[in-house]
Amino acid sequence: MSRQMTGAKMIVECLIDQGVEVVFGYPGGAVLPIYDEVFQQNGIRHVLVRHEQGAVHAAEGYARSTGKPGVVLVTSGPGATNAVTGLTDALLDSIPIIVLTGQVPTFMIGTDAFQEADTVGITRPCTKHNWLVQDTASLSGTIHEAFHVATTGRPGPVLIDIPKDVQFATGEYTPKQKAKTSRYQPPVKGDMASIEELVEAIENAERPVFYTGGGVINSGPAASQLLRELVDGTDFPITSTLMGLGAYPASGKNWLGMLGMHGLYEANMSMHGCDLMINIGARFDDRITGRLDAFSPNSQKAHIDIDPSSINKVIRVDIPIVGDVGHVLEDVLKVWKARGRKTNKQGLQKWWAKIEDWRKVDCLSFEQQGKVIKPQHALARLEALTKDHDRYICTEVGQHQMWAAQYLGFEDPNRWMTSGGLGTMGYGFPASIGVQMAHPDSLVINVAGEASWLMNMQEMGTAIQYRLPVKQFILNNERLGMVRQWQELLHGERYSHSWSEALPDFVKLAEAFGAKGIRVDDPDDLDEAIKEMLAYDGPVIFDCLVTKHENCFPMIPSGEPHNKMLLGEANVKDAIGSSGAVLV
Amino acid sequence: MSALKIKKGSNKHSAYNLRPTFSDVIEKHTLSLIVENEAGVLARVIGLFSGRGYNIESLTVAEIDREGHRSRITIVTTGTPQVIEQIKAQLGRIVPVYEVHDLTVEGPSVERELALLKVEGSGDKRVEAMRLADIFRANVVDSTLESFVFEITGTPEKIDAFSDLMRPLGLSEVARTGVAALARGKIAQ
Repeated sequence: MSRQMTGAKMIVECLIDQGVEVVFGYPGGAVLPIYDEVFQQNGIRHVLVRHEQGAVHAAEGYARSTGKPGVVLVTSGPGATNAVTGLTDALLDSIPIIVLTGQVPTFMIGTDAFQEADTVGITRPCTKHNWLVQDTASLSGTIHEAFHVATTGRPGPVLIDIPKDVQFATGEYTPKQKAKTSRYQPPVKGDMASIEELVEAIENAERPVFYTGGGVINSGPAASQLLRELVDGTDFPITSTLMGLGAYPASGKNWLGMLGMHGLYEANMSMHGCDLMINIGARFDDRITGRLDAFSPNSQKAHIDIDPSSINKVIRVDIPIVGDVGHVLEDVLKVWKARGRKTNKQGLQKWWAKIEDWRKVDCLSFEQQGKVIKPQHALARLEALTKDHDRYICTEVGQHQMWAAQYLGFEDPNRWMTSGGLGTMGYGFPASIGVQMAHPDSLVINVAGEASWLMNMQEMGTAIQYRLPVKQFILNNERLGMVRQWQELLHGERYSHSWSEALPDFVKLAEAFGAKGIRVDDPDDLDEAIKEMLAYDGPVIFDCLVTKHENCFPMIPSGEPHNKMLLGEANVKDAIGSSGAVLV
Repeated sequence: MSALKIKKGSNKHSAYNLRPTFSDVIEKHTLSLIVENEAGVLARVIGLFSGRGYNIESLTVAEIDREGHRSRITIVTTGTPQVIEQIKAQLGRIVPVYEVHDLTVEGPSVERELALLKVEGSGDKRVEAMRLADIFRANVVDSTLESFVFEITGTPEKIDAFSDLMRPLGLSEVARTGVAALARGKIAQ
């Protein structure tokens, strides 16, 4: 049965066919026919954001908290260019996003028409793939292929540019099942010989460590389950990148905490001292490795990744396995069990004793003294008062992001939304809106810094309009904290443009939008204020005034290896003697 | 540490095709790609090279299968073995790229390039240019009383040699197509 319809109608049909429930978008001239169709249906909800960047980050939050692709609908020209930051963010963090952009009519492309931009040209390097649809007949097939590409293999953002005349014209609808997806089918099964090799390494390793990343989360909940089974079965220690938090529970006994530039001492020392590193769905990012020639010098390295280009990109590995984390872990477990569940128990015992020594350094310890709230204390209290909730955490980018990763515990995957690869200030607030849309009854908190938060504060309007009770937990130090920290440590304390002057009164700002504002500056009032925030049924801006010049520790200075971590002044005294803050 | 097992002819799984250590020796490789002939595919390939800082020494592209919408792109590139592996893996990621072959490591291959050279001169120089062209099996495709246009086909080295010889004889303009290459023998699986 052939179904004729307009291009605009086709787009809505495609989204429904793909099981899309929510679209984040902003109308404009070149997408009016699509918005007219959105108006005349009830199958999908449209969330009107206040800026196109917010739409993409909201879709990212939606995608990361559900495992489903996020969908964005914006207009041509400025609509598309405003989406570029979100696209790049999603590309670096491998988040499946489908962005539909309007375009001037095909016969006007290239004439510098009103709101014309070379959208596919601009977004070519910041999408996994993009399309300019030239005729209505190929529109629905292209949209279905776009969903396939965004969600298959290593996920990523895709963009479909749709000229206005293509939206108006009529063509035949291609249903999802009939769309051509055959040209993009990355293999998911790992090479069995390499998997055997990895199992043999697991059996013999004296000082092993699992180093896991966002690939475990992207592979789906089953991958996290398999990872937990493998960790519990082998009793190996496990650390994770910023992107992979929650794949293994923070309360698990083998958990070392996050690794990397602001990772935990025990995690980084384990990476440096291990004899077998098993990288599962991480990519040896420079925030993880530190100095490359001194990175984990004496280890055999295995790397499981679905993207062949991630393997041997910066670190040469001994056992490369190209495949989907879930599929490969299943095979690893199968082979390891079949061979008798062996590990080097003696070696492991000694290794754990060493790790326990590192743990005793207690690198995250701090003392809340005086009448100013320490940011670490604020997060420790937030953790204590919310950890039993059905909770989702987003962050902006900077010191607060690292503290959130250090002081909040994640028990499950898809609970932690943060801009890892691109480090996009302004990500967290719109992301929290996307998360709350997907999980209307859950507690959604965006841990923010005041400077990051201001970058997309216009989305307060969206939160109010859709009654999304997102909690904006702002650690307000009136500084660009991470920039200031680097200026202190590396640029002679010359704080060039790293303070936030002329800040708004966040309580009044919240009230101006119709939300609730809470300000707290006394440690004694903190718990009550957090409880008040949690009790309020609506969006809250929580303005927590914290120490202005607090530094984020531990820290691997740029260009140093893992065993040259700087610890905070507080930790240094008993655990590592009085030789100074630099560990050798 | 165990050495990597190198499988010959593998192109999608860069990891299986890597040398045991990262070497800093710069190598020249000829890559042959089969791509979907659709708008923007060449821009994707070129954008990958410029965006990631890879070199292109020569690049040719043309449709080879009109019905199947397939084009072949032949790229000559230079880099360390690790960079070459990255280039191949990154090319393999592009959605409309179907095949990536490294002709330099996948076995014997043939390479050809076509060039047009304009040589201006008179008298002895003109006669000498003709004589050398004969030796190099270059054809004269255009002639005026003051100039020749030679057409020469061969490896890039042969064309380099010919144009070096023509320079003192009045070489004024050169147009080269870049390398087209194919693996010898049966199609590799």
